[in-house]
Amino acid sequence: MLICTRRPGEGDLPSSEITPYESYLDRRQFLAQSATLAGVAALAPSVLGAAEEQEDERTPYEDITNYNNYYEFGTGKEDPARYSGDFVPLPWTVVVEGECSNPGTFALEDLLKGHEIVEPVYRMRCVEAWSMVIPWRGVRLRDVISRAQPTGNARFVEMTTVVRPAQMPGQRRRILDWPYLEGLRLDEAMNELTILATGIYGKDLLNQNGAPLRLVTPWKYGFKGLKSIVKIRFTSDMPKNTWQMMAANEYGFYANVNPEVDHPRWSQARERRIGEFRRRLTLMFNGYGEQVAHMYRGMDLRKWY
Amino acid sequence: MVLKRRILLLKTGVWILGFTPLAWVFHRFFLGDGLGVNPIAEAQLWGGLTSLTFLLTTLSITPLRRLTGWNDLQKVRRLVGLFAFFYVTLHFLIWIGLDQFFAWHYILEDIAERPYIMVGFTAFVLLVPVAVTSTKGWIRRLGKRWVTLHRLVYLSALLGVIHFFWITKADDRWPTVALAVWIVLMSLRSVWWLKSRTQPAWAGRRARSVGWFAPSKKGLPGTPERS
Repeated sequence: MLICTRRPGEGDLPSSEITPYESYLDRRQFLAQSATLAGVAALAPSVLGAAEEQEDERTPYEDITNYNNYYEFGTGKEDPARYSGDFVPLPWTVVVEGECSNPGTFALEDLLKGHEIVEPVYRMRCVEAWSMVIPWRGVRLRDVISRAQPTGNARFVEMTTVVRPAQMPGQRRRILDWPYLEGLRLDEAMNELTILATGIYGKDLLNQNGAPLRLVTPWKYGFKGLKSIVKIRFTSDMPKNTWQMMAANEYGFYANVNPEVDHPRWSQARERRIGEFRRRLTLMFNGYGEQVAHMYRGMDLRKWY
Repeated sequence: MVLKRRILLLKTGVWILGFTPLAWVFHRFFLGDGLGVNPIAEAQLWGGLTSLTFLLTTLSITPLRRLTGWNDLQKVRRLVGLFAFFYVTLHFLIWIGLDQFFAWHYILEDIAERPYIMVGFTAFVLLVPVAVTSTKGWIRRLGKRWVTLHRLVYLSALLGVIHFFWITKADDRWPTVALAVWIVLMSLRSVWWLKSRTQPAWAGRRARSVGWFAPSKKGLPGTPERS
């Protein structure tokens, strides 16, 4: 299954993501069995909880652009698509500051210029237990960071979403403590999976998806991926992030997808993939353990949720 | 005859209003947007909001009757209450059958471990005996205890509101509205209850049957003018 393609042809897939040929051959048989079993699922105790076909088909563009959590435009899932029409994403500037040798205010073009454009297809797991598969376009955050030349004191990166109540109706009420803040440890920010996205399905990001620039960290819950970024700041102390400030017992700094550690109010063991009927089992690190698990070795992930 | 026609009209209205949310959701699903990108979550939300609306409507009938003196309302209280139970049941079945797809292991775990589900489930369970005993036969059989039993609706509605608060992530606007409605309705009841205890029985009875905006001084239920 394609998870992190560079560009068609360039990709070197982690071997773990490739379906063994035998399993592939068995697929029809497996599906037929599932269908039969599903018939008795209502009676049987559900060993079938995960019997869904575990494939990662790309979520349709229409769904990706009409089901969003972007409280700056409203708390309803369709609010961002409905109420983001007044938002003007271009021209755009990003402030780079803090513990780095090359700070400044950069036009978006200049911030991105010269960096390799990547088009990875990532699973996106929302903390609300639904998920999508999204073909992104963007640049690796590590390329942007390298150009900023963080100093030896830089251990974290804090990022900020724009504040424009005139264009973002959700910001006219204090649903959250605006501006929306998120942060990563420097090694997380430098991870090969972490990107600053500018597009979906080869098209520029729509306002509801965080135009013109947003963060994507596929092994973390979706709320880490802040949208419409205006500031990147290098710090030596762990930055605050909005949801943690809102409810520290429910949302942590790391927010790694973890089926073992439940949200205090609901289970994180399963998720509903948009477009599917049955819930599927949630994977540790959203299935990206091979690329990211090493960063958390020795950490108690129940404590650092 | 006039009374019967009026009640019939009122009941017809309640039946139509009662099925409107269901008709609307079917219309949306089959002819509209198919309930959007995440139809099961949308159906869950619809079921929950409709349930709570009907529960609070049920609780508002007696206060409304007393405030307006519109005594016919009493005749549709059970019907509205049964619609509330219908939607709560639907909300529960959507959770079991669509959201969880009969994954009993997870369902039981959720009921036992998730406070918001526990509270919502309790709100549903409390309504079962209330709905079952809503027939004339049960009213007769239970006598005074019937009233006590049916006060479970107060608690059930409150648990429904708490359930709504606990599933909300950040924007508490609508749960707050629901709580405010519940508090107002229960405060009115408390005030009337206290008054009926401190006043002589005959005064209490009058206060209960004639509202502040009574259309007619003769508006006592059962008087010839109104029947």
